[in-house]
Amino acid sequence: MKLIILNDYDQASEWAAKYIRNKILQFKPGPDKYFTLGLPTGGTPLGCYMKLIEYYKNGELSFQYVKTFNMDEYVGLPRNHPESYHSFMWNNLFKHIDIRAENTHILDGNAADLQAECDAFEEEIKAAGGIELFVGGIGPDGHIAFNEPGSSLVSRTRLKTLAKDTIMANARFFDGDLSKVPTMALTVGVGTVMDAKEVMIIITGAHKAFALYKAIEEGVNHMWTVSAFQQHPQTIFVCDEDATLELRVKTVKYFKGMMHVHNRLVELLPSENKKN
Amino acid sequence: MPSNKSVSDAPITQFTNCRILRDHTLNREDLWVREGKILDPEKLFFDEHGFADERVDCEGSIIAPGFIDVQINGGFGVDFSKPSDDISAGLSLVSKRILEHGVTSFCPTLVTSPPAVYHKVLPQIQVQDGGPHGAGVLGLHLEGPFISVEKRGAHPEKYLQTFQSRGIEDLIETYGSLNHVSMVTLAPELADSQSVVRELCQRGITVSLGHSVANLSQAEDAVQHGASFITHLFNAMLPFHHRDPGIVGLLTSDQVPAGRTVFYGMIADGIHTNPAALRIAHRAHPSGLVLVTDAITAMGLPPGRHSLGQQVIEIQGLHAYVAGTKTLSGSIATMDMCVRHFKQASGCSTEEALEAASLHPAQLLNITNKKGTLDHGSDADLVLLDDDLNLRSTYIFGEEVWRKGV
Repeated sequence: MKLIILNDYDQASEWAAKYIRNKILQFKPGPDKYFTLGLPTGGTPLGCYMKLIEYYKNGELSFQYVKTFNMDEYVGLPRNHPESYHSFMWNNLFKHIDIRAENTHILDGNAADLQAECDAFEEEIKAAGGIELFVGGIGPDGHIAFNEPGSSLVSRTRLKTLAKDTIMANARFFDGDLSKVPTMALTVGVGTVMDAKEVMIIITGAHKAFALYKAIEEGVNHMWTVSAFQQHPQTIFVCDEDATLELRVKTVKYFKGMMHVHNRLVELLPSENKKN
Repeated sequence: MPSNKSVSDAPITQFTNCRILRDHTLNREDLWVREGKILDPEKLFFDEHGFADERVDCEGSIIAPGFIDVQINGGFGVDFSKPSDDISAGLSLVSKRILEHGVTSFCPTLVTSPPAVYHKVLPQIQVQDGGPHGAGVLGLHLEGPFISVEKRGAHPEKYLQTFQSRGIEDLIETYGSLNHVSMVTLAPELADSQSVVRELCQRGITVSLGHSVANLSQAEDAVQHGASFITHLFNAMLPFHHRDPGIVGLLTSDQVPAGRTVFYGMIADGIHTNPAALRIAHRAHPSGLVLVTDAITAMGLPPGRHSLGQQVIEIQGLHAYVAGTKTLSGSIATMDMCVRHFKQASGCSTEEALEAASLHPAQLLNITNKKGTLDHGSDADLVLLDDDLNLRSTYIFGEEVWRKGV
């Protein structure tokens, strides 16, 4: 794995956004060759999305030939509810960029047959040629998407009941009222994300530090599902200082020492230098 | 870019680089319009996979719902109360010119007149949609003749009337017809007014209290029977008194039925109401304030003598008097001037100033499902303004109908 450690949330968001930008540009997407991107929701990726919007607005990046696949969606929440993940993606990314709706894919939590919806989602990913880069976050309980502790590390897209930790973490989006938070969600499986060519997990804040420690310094364990990515050939963890608080000093020093190498991944690409 | 075909072939316009008034705040958001109505872009995106055909760069403008004027007696030389031979031409002229003031819907107002005038004029004024030809007519506002003689203001005394205990029949005999009537201003202290108030409300006609010497309990009684508006607060009514606040007391009355709001018209031209009085009313009851122009024939005309109803008025600067007296006969301020003056005099927010000219009149007339807001599904009647609330352009049903400088 690459562990990228930045000073604060804003810098971590910017690094992640630049990385995504560079991956898309290097891929040179076109009408016959879409770049497939897996996307998360929640507080963590907001800064990254704002930067991506900025890159679109100043002409550096286009989403015309990008296909997106979101990780999850609540079950039973109306699609236009302000806290649905459809609304989140529309308000925080889609409405600001040049992506076409038919190139976005978000699970439908109000489908008549939820498992069929999940199976169809897997088929859509396959039809798009698989995911080039899956971006995700981590829950305080170490989950990736809604793969709560105890989820199979080879799971596929399916219906999950949310853990208490997750419901509590989400309550802040529902006026602090636990009774208003949905209890079930459709989510990509750990296996689904593992199938991606590359995985980037953004982790910021001290409250995520213990989960990061469990995910990368302890063993692969279905109680901390992000740990599955220890077995993926191309994983990047993008963190701020606070998220590293539970790691060993040795781990942090090792990866900080590599930053001058890793930062090359986010430099402006040669064609852009010429433009500027 | 071709428009999406799944729900409608109609082109979609996206107003960008703007701040829109929604949910009582100005937000940096784009505004989407299709087929003359405000469109929900999220629904368009997810349900229809749709996108905009045309983008309008608003250059940082504020977009607010088009202004609604519920009290306007004429303008540009036209007097709605005058039974000329070509009433529709006069109406067309006014409805076209007020687009320049941001007014997209209005209630042509008739002052106290003899039945013959009502019988001639009313059939020629109908409710109709606005468009490039002019602002929409929401319905008539009949101010009088069932008003108080002491508070008649500029209304001619000889045409005042009282109720003859036949309820709504009295009105139909005087006016001829109540079709296309949005609002009636009357004095509730007149005998037998309660049944009239009730019957008008049952027909969906707004009852307004004005030109009256009613005390507070008479006014409250009228509100309980359905009255919901006060015509030009402070003017043509008893002044506020601390032991009987009169009609003004409705602003803080505890006798208003639950769930109902009493709205009040304010002529915020700096002349009809002292700014301190404007502030008292606004602070007492901010959500009921409705800006009206009460504009008269001379609005938009140069200084001098002009006619209003059956009388002659004289313009001196921004003042319009009954000729030979110091009685104010109406205002010549335009609606956008009123919005700016209201904001400056009351110190209210930009959002509040704009809502007083759009949301509140729409709430008063119970038409918020299509006018007065930028909610999804509403008619796309819009005004684009700069930060000082000067008008840049006016749109009706999503079409530009006036632009500054053109």
